Amino acid sequence: MEDVRKIKVKYMVEKDDFMRAGQASSNIKKILKKLGLDSQILRRVAIATYEAEMNIIIHSEGGFIELEIHPDKIRINVEDNGPGIKDIDLAMKAGYSTAPNKIRELGFGAGMGLPNIKRCCDEFNIKSSLGEYTRLELLIYNK
Amino acid sequence: MLTVEELSNKLSLEKISGLENMDNVISGVYIGDLLSWVMANIKPGNIWITIQTNINVVAVAVLGEAACIIIAEDAEIDESTIMKSNEEGIPILRSSLSAYELAIEINKVSNGSI
Repeated sequence: MEDVRKIKVKYMVEKDDFMRAGQASSNIKKILKKLGLDSQILRRVAIATYEAEMNIIIHSEGGFIELEIHPDKIRINVEDNGPGIKDIDLAMKAGYSTAPNKIRELGFGAGMGLPNIKRCCDEFNIKSSLGEYTRLELLIYNK
Repeated sequence: MLTVEELSNKLSLEKISGLENMDNVISGVYIGDLLSWVMANIKPGNIWITIQTNINVVAVAVLGEAACIIIAEDAEIDESTIMKSNEEGIPILRSSLSAYELAIEINKVSNGSI
């Protein structure tokens, strides 16, 4: 049965929208702060959602971040509209990045995004299909 | 205890924006220009010293709960960054000193207590 105590919010994230970058993750953090979540959990959610948001803005054709707050865990679903990741193992490697120079000059493209996300989560699942989507399913336990 | 206001006055920093929260209390310093790296390692209450000045530094400072941002070496700051920091209430200060020199000065004025 669906857990009726869960809260769900969804944020659309536009491609190349650097002016609003961090908006979705800031809003998510504010919601969780109001709910009185532990500051360590807040920090992990903030890092994971910020990196996911930047990945959508920098690398994808746009997508969304969906937050589900359960009594015992936070679930974050991230999905974009492609172009997908060719080699996920390589993308997961710290320091590997496909970001162009223009993006690196802004301080991004360190190749830390996906590794940072994984480090912050209790469960991390990534799926990608070339030309179609990249999807992240993240779980952070609230215990 | 050292506030952003006190530090700013002691080091004669240029007060740029987000000035409503100059009473933020400082604990520690973080220096870095790679946003993901900073995001992962900055601690709440830190002063963040950087030469990055695009709008995205504000989101990193907000999410990382930095006490303030100090822009080193008089780097030019984007107008959108200034507007965003006013919106989010993250103080941005600026200095002609390098990140290294700033760190030394901060250590001096706080007597190593932050």
